[in-house]
Amino acid sequence: MVAGAGTDLRALSRRVRRHVVEMVNGAQSGHIGGSLSATDILAVLYGRIMRHDPQRPDWPERDRFIMSKGHCTPVQYAILAENGYLPVEELATFRKKGTRLQGHSVLGKPAGVENSAGALGMGLSFGLGIRLGMRLNQTDAHVYVLMGDGEQDEGQVWEAAMAAAHHEVDHFVAIIDRNGIQNDDFTAAQMRTEPLDEKYRAFGWEVRAGIDGHDHEAIEEALAWARDVRGKPALVIFDTVKGKGVSFMENNPGFHGAAPNAEQFALAMQELAD
Amino acid sequence: MTTTLPSAATREALGPTLVRMQQEGADIVVVDADLGKSTSARTFRDVFPERFFSFGVAEQNMISAAGGLATTGHTVVASTFAVFAEHAFDQLRMSVAQPRLNVKIVASHGGVSTGEDGASAQSVEDYALFSSLVNFTVCVPADVVEAQAMVEAAIATPGPWYIRTGRPKIPVIYTDGPRFEVGKANMLRDGSDVTIVACGLLVGRSLDAAEVLERAGISVRVLNMGTIRPLDVAALEAAARDTGAIVVAEEHLTHSGLGAMCAQAIAASTQPVPMEFVGVNDRYGESGTWDEVLEIMGLTAEGVEQAVRRVVARKR
Repeated sequence: MVAGAGTDLRALSRRVRRHVVEMVNGAQSGHIGGSLSATDILAVLYGRIMRHDPQRPDWPERDRFIMSKGHCTPVQYAILAENGYLPVEELATFRKKGTRLQGHSVLGKPAGVENSAGALGMGLSFGLGIRLGMRLNQTDAHVYVLMGDGEQDEGQVWEAAMAAAHHEVDHFVAIIDRNGIQNDDFTAAQMRTEPLDEKYRAFGWEVRAGIDGHDHEAIEEALAWARDVRGKPALVIFDTVKGKGVSFMENNPGFHGAAPNAEQFALAMQELAD
Repeated sequence: MTTTLPSAATREALGPTLVRMQQEGADIVVVDADLGKSTSARTFRDVFPERFFSFGVAEQNMISAAGGLATTGHTVVASTFAVFAEHAFDQLRMSVAQPRLNVKIVASHGGVSTGEDGASAQSVEDYALFSSLVNFTVCVPADVVEAQAMVEAAIATPGPWYIRTGRPKIPVIYTDGPRFEVGKANMLRDGSDVTIVACGLLVGRSLDAAEVLERAGISVRVLNMGTIRPLDVAALEAAARDTGAIVVAEEHLTHSGLGAMCAQAIAASTQPVPMEFVGVNDRYGESGTWDEVLEIMGLTAEGVEQAVRRVVARKR
């Protein structure tokens, strides 16, 4: 199916954010801030843009989503659950003994997770390989790779950026969730990577930057543009807010990889209530 | 004896074997990091250019992309030098080994027999690294005939493989054709006093040593352990039981290579026996012709012979 033209993205995003907070709270570990910053992007991808079918997760013609920032599994598992790839109840097993839902992405666990990640910087390369293979198979499916802005520190990202342009790979969309915060601090303090848009353009990519990563219409328009770029890879840089949706987590480096306490959890769920 | 046999480098097997298998109906894609002339992978590009992707001198990107490519149904062969395959260790772990993808790394210029290029180019630790990766099958051919058989087996068997080939021309051992079977040691001669377990170019040198020792009254079994992982533990246990002493000979660090792996298997067996190790002894290489560097390291028929005499003296 080309997923859910009728899906209410606002309601979906709200449910996904609640799942994220509940999962990280339940495990008392996990990456909440970068999951909340990417929530709206994933909601639009799975709800409007990607060709996928939860009943046929191995369908060769499916579009692939590659989670390169592999620590943000809470949002990935939540969106997959909302799309029927796993039971929503299973989200409660996140990071717990015996679970399929490990702290960082593992290919095939559950179906719909297309790559193993956690060490940063590999997803763009992995996605590039997928698209090269699809091209050889004469498949018109797309590959979408979600990276963090802190992840741009990794040299391998730039190896992949160079190679994607060299091989004139299209149907290949990179997405940067530019929330401005990485593990220890603001990204600008850890390593200056800007201007990202100019760098990717210099590497041979079509780029759109400065898109509001929490405005569903703007996200959809930008991703639809990127999907249709031909002869080159395309990048959309979304400006996002780390911890989006929970006031005291927003733009707070303290909620990169920390779980909420009981009081914070209650407050967060209150803010995310319908 | 060896001088009368034809010689070839094990690296020469890769390209022609891939071309033939693709022509016979395999679904091979080759990824390369600017060393295809030396690894012979470019032979494949000449015939199937649309199935050959250059990644430039960027091994990390190449290996992760190889993993992605494999998810679309192709059998992916990644070729570079052994030392540069090491450059992408984390990518091998996350993009190939853990998800158990169908990627074959066939890396040439393994070991110290790269010679003149010196320490930086001499991989003394490559198959220790690959053997540390879960799900990998790891092979080292003793000659070009076996190298070809290993490439064929790798293409025919799903899952991650590492095959280390070499730069110098070495004597052909399997003049009557290959006897390679994955996970099985190959007994090249039988004996009762001691067993030499070898891989790669040390197999030929061990056969030479065995001949000299036989004349001196020491009866030697020689096992070609072409598959490093999974190790043929049964053949090792039989060697311990039948001959009571084992020498392991390899072109690799002994403390992390075939020697260490055999010692672990023997220590856990019901009949531990004395062992000696011929290999690179806790050091990096240096420049010289390939056989000079092997001599500096003691990786010669004489080096193996002395190790056999030491281990035999330790029996009882």
